[in-house]
Amino acid sequence: MRAAKHEVPWFPGLILGALVFTAVFAGYLAPHSPTAGDITQKLIPPLWMERGDWEHPLGTDRFGRDVLSRIIHGSRISLIVSLIAIGVAGTIGTLLGLISGYRGGVTDAVLMRVTDIGLSLPTILIAVVLVAVSEPSFSNVVLVIALLLWPRFARQMRGETLAIKEQDFVALAVVAGRSSAWIISRHIFPNVVPTLLVISTLQVGYVVLLEGTLSFLGVGVPPPSPAWGLMIADGRGFLATAWWISLFPGLAMVLTVLSVNLLGDWLRDHLDPKLRQLGRAAVLEAPAAASVGSPVDETPVRGAAAGGDGA
Amino acid sequence: MLRYLTGRVLQTVLSMLVVISIVFFLTRLSGNPVHLLLDVNATERDQQILMHHLGLDKSLPVQYGIYVTNIFLGDFGKSVLTRRPVVEHIWERLPATVELGLVGMVLSVLIGVPLGMYSAVHRGSALDTGARVFAVLGQSMPAFWLGLMLILFFGVVLGVLPAGGRGGPLHLILPAFTLGYFTSAAIMRLTRSAMLEVLGSDYIKFARLKGLHEQVVLWKHGLKNALLPVVTFAVMLFVQFLGGAVVTETVFAWPGLGRLILESITTRDYPIVQAGVLVLSSLYLTGNLLVDLLYSYLNPRIRHARS
Repeated sequence: MRAAKHEVPWFPGLILGALVFTAVFAGYLAPHSPTAGDITQKLIPPLWMERGDWEHPLGTDRFGRDVLSRIIHGSRISLIVSLIAIGVAGTIGTLLGLISGYRGGVTDAVLMRVTDIGLSLPTILIAVVLVAVSEPSFSNVVLVIALLLWPRFARQMRGETLAIKEQDFVALAVVAGRSSAWIISRHIFPNVVPTLLVISTLQVGYVVLLEGTLSFLGVGVPPPSPAWGLMIADGRGFLATAWWISLFPGLAMVLTVLSVNLLGDWLRDHLDPKLRQLGRAAVLEAPAAASVGSPVDETPVRGAAAGGDGA
Repeated sequence: MLRYLTGRVLQTVLSMLVVISIVFFLTRLSGNPVHLLLDVNATERDQQILMHHLGLDKSLPVQYGIYVTNIFLGDFGKSVLTRRPVVEHIWERLPATVELGLVGMVLSVLIGVPLGMYSAVHRGSALDTGARVFAVLGQSMPAFWLGLMLILFFGVVLGVLPAGGRGGPLHLILPAFTLGYFTSAAIMRLTRSAMLEVLGSDYIKFARLKGLHEQVVLWKHGLKNALLPVVTFAVMLFVQFLGGAVVTETVFAWPGLGRLILESITTRDYPIVQAGVLVLSSLYLTGNLLVDLLYSYLNPRIRHARS
């Protein structure tokens, strides 16, 4: 595995490529409609079992909906939620982190206290309450996840900015009379892009798991949409008789998160040796940086806070 | 150190206030519980009487003020549905959540530490690879799905473990493992890297040169020094279990606080939702505060950097 670090991660790359492909061409690839089912075809087992047929390779659920088609369409939801949530949180977090790190002083103190508070909240609990009371919907899920995600970006970006600020080219730009905005956008931002890329990738797994958890608890994307978490929840009552309803969407989720995490680790090792060292120095940060936040356990963000300050 | 301490305490208090405010305002904005409590024939006047009775006819800021004052007085109000004090509901459910969290933590340490140690000592062996695959998988698996699959395998297929509910020790195994798997993976990684660092240090080389038995070197000189981050991490995880209890409790029908909150969201029993989230969050925040202080006290590098 040690040697594998230096090779191109073909396995996660392949899985992710396939995932994006199915998400984009879901309409062409899925053999059936993800939401309309034929009640006479309900609870058909997968292909290789007795009563299974090619018509529904992974079986059908209690409404006779094709499990494979739902998984294929469900990949869209996971990807779109991740893209938007990380896009929004990344933009806000990066902006605040850059300003906070560059300005320092009172601005920094205030922004970082807000960030600390954001990082200290019990994510799942707050997410569940936020979505539940604001009516579960696609946009609310995205908004709430973004709201809980931006402090992670702000914290890391501030640390990066602090380090880059000390470089000679920034001092020269200041002497040359450039404005703060110019220096931040032309000198500092380009230098934090690799780190930003790494953090963003590492957050995808977290967002997929968080969205899945919310959907599973019934406070995520509302039915009948084929969100993976929702499918797993659907199959709960049929574990003894129709286990395939819950099993396959879960496998899709594991594969997705696993691939993104592996890819993120690889990116971190290649694009950003600095982040890697940081992760080693603050041992507690490792789980946070690896973005493993399982929905059950909060990602240990306080470690990241300690590490970020040292940078 | 003192400055760090006060700053950290202040931040915890602020976080708590943010949680209180979020929960209060959102539950008030989400719809009127009066409609759920009265039947369709209720008149306008019935609604008003009930609103007045529940204190819902006052303006939001006034309600908020009363709410915050009451919290500091230890009064969380009464459940809208049962009319019993919220505190009673919370006390009924809290032990189950704490029990599950504690067992989950112990389990993840019992799995994570030996695996991590073995992995570090026998670096590159088949078991090292296996342990690391175990860790990577644990960090990519949705807990609710893992829980269901464990129920499917051990409860339905093998029929050896109960699928849900709270009872004897057997009932604890599946939920505790579900809760602990992700964590044991993190603990394993942490132990592994801490052990690798310690094993490369001079005093381990010296202990070996002295001719000490390898097991003594590993357990006494090695693990003892690698354990500090692991222990702090484990305590922190326990605290975080409390914050994430909702999921595991739902999957296993575990009668804890997390499930109470989720049930109360469905019935719009605001006082219980508010108090439940508040109790879990305050446990979470104070727990993290304690771990932070402990860690900075024990680790001079952080202690001095901060002050």
